[in-house]
Amino acid sequence: MSPSSKDRLLVWVLRACAGLSGAIVLLIAVFLVLESLPALRNVGFARFFSDPSWHPARYAADGAYNLAPMLAGTLLAMAGAVALATPLGFCAALFCHFYAPPGLARACRRLIELLAGIPSVVYGFWGLVTLVPLLNKVQPPGASLLAGILILALMILPTIALMADGALANVPAEYLRGAAALGLSRSATIVGVVFPAAKSGLFTGVILETGRAAGETMALLMVCGNVVQVPKSLFDPMRTLTANIALEMGYALGDHRSALFVSGLVLLALIVALAAAAEWLSKGRVYE
Amino acid sequence: MPRAFTLLGLLALAGCGAGVGTPNAKPATKADAAHAADGEKLEGKLVVTGSSTCAPLVAEIGKRFEQRHPGVRVDVQTGGSSRGVADPQTGIADLGMASRALKEDEARLVQAHTLALDGICVILNKANPVTELGDAQVAAIYTGKIGTWNEVGGSEAAITVVNKAEGRSTLELFLRYFELKSANVKASVVIGDNEQGLKTVAGNPDAIGYVSVGAAESAARSGAPIKLLPMNGVAATVENIRNGSFPLARPLNLVTLPNPTGLKKAFIEFALSKEVHDLIREQSFVPVE
Repeated sequence: MSPSSKDRLLVWVLRACAGLSGAIVLLIAVFLVLESLPALRNVGFARFFSDPSWHPARYAADGAYNLAPMLAGTLLAMAGAVALATPLGFCAALFCHFYAPPGLARACRRLIELLAGIPSVVYGFWGLVTLVPLLNKVQPPGASLLAGILILALMILPTIALMADGALANVPAEYLRGAAALGLSRSATIVGVVFPAAKSGLFTGVILETGRAAGETMALLMVCGNVVQVPKSLFDPMRTLTANIALEMGYALGDHRSALFVSGLVLLALIVALAAAAEWLSKGRVYE
Repeated sequence: MPRAFTLLGLLALAGCGAGVGTPNAKPATKADAAHAADGEKLEGKLVVTGSSTCAPLVAEIGKRFEQRHPGVRVDVQTGGSSRGVADPQTGIADLGMASRALKEDEARLVQAHTLALDGICVILNKANPVTELGDAQVAAIYTGKIGTWNEVGGSEAAITVVNKAEGRSTLELFLRYFELKSANVKASVVIGDNEQGLKTVAGNPDAIGYVSVGAAESAARSGAPIKLLPMNGVAATVENIRNGSFPLARPLNLVTLPNPTGLKKAFIEFALSKEVHDLIREQSFVPVE
């Protein structure tokens, strides 16, 4: 095989792989839409946001299908967890990179990687038997938005910490040497040189952790209380879109089942909106 | 023993003719053919879906059935009683499980075989001083009319109301018994399976929940800090379910298309026989005499 024909083969293999990866996302979207169609036809799109409550039934006429409180639940838990985990993750990465002695930094990284490897159901179980009873002493019932935010923050912390760590490592060494030559203090270097240079990497990290937060299911199902309502305070229970699917899918028939696929569709739309917003905010430079 | 199996084989053969034409008859017929060849061997695979209350019991019965008949595999999946009724009709499963009696329209399409009896009872944390609640009080707690324990003789704390997610037959029966509407229940926590409900009440001294008596007794016996409240004055015990005095009792059913044949028939006969009564008692359910 001549070098050029090898190249041609490689290009086709790569094209196929890229096409396949893209096609899978499209197939999932098409599948979601097809499965949602019966509910969209029988219930109608507007009712998913205007019905008085979420009391789904096998036949559309008998039920109520308001998804809005669960969309709000997903957004609130996601926003809270990202607000909590992002500064923590950034600070952990900064410490590892610029302040910690090498040995300690390595140990710290290993521990964070370990945190990333714990399955979500373990976090959920810990939350159910430890965190929820603890919160219950402060303000019953314990299973609440706050419990969800805390568990979720813990789960996405490794994502943001490791991504930030990688972004900081990619800051060119000459920038740091230049800053040192200018006599900048370490804190001035971080704020004035490192952050601007690592901006797009840090931003990607935030997007990834947000996506993970939106999609998390098991842990939230176990600690959030799963009551369908817009929480009025941090201590109110609530249900996320993902928990809704996991809780009811095995038990749903007819339009109820189809309505759960609409939950999935709404979730997908949310993720697309997030990605689009991120792309727009960074003017298309997210992945550079 | 071999004679009993020959008899079974004959029954299965006789059933064969009746079964032809139903969508489910195929695998059963194949099993019957193998069965008829050497007179005492059952072969094939049984898919059982439905109620998560029945599933652990049916899985145990399935294991014992597999031991007796090495050629048979029993595959038990959970998915709720409604599924247990729907799946045998669509052919997704050979047998369904339902932890409630069949509704009128369902009884026209499928047949229920009662394995055992179970009850649904209200559970509290052991630390809660309340020892008894009347039906009206439970209903008032679940609709939010009673919000703190001191209104029913307990502490000052607010009540954490644990409810089941939509689609569960435990929820359906509980609501029907207390004459509540799902939309009127003011829950503080919504849970999925019995296990999650038990964990939630065990971890919260101010919680009230309701689960299967079998599941609750097993958990309490293995040390979970929960207690079972009497229902309308009748203690939630296996004994009271057996003698019929417990008000919120329910049958645990295997569901099939009418007149099951072959492997399905053999499994149902085994599951309803005395040979599995120890398994039923082990899970704190009540065998049907």
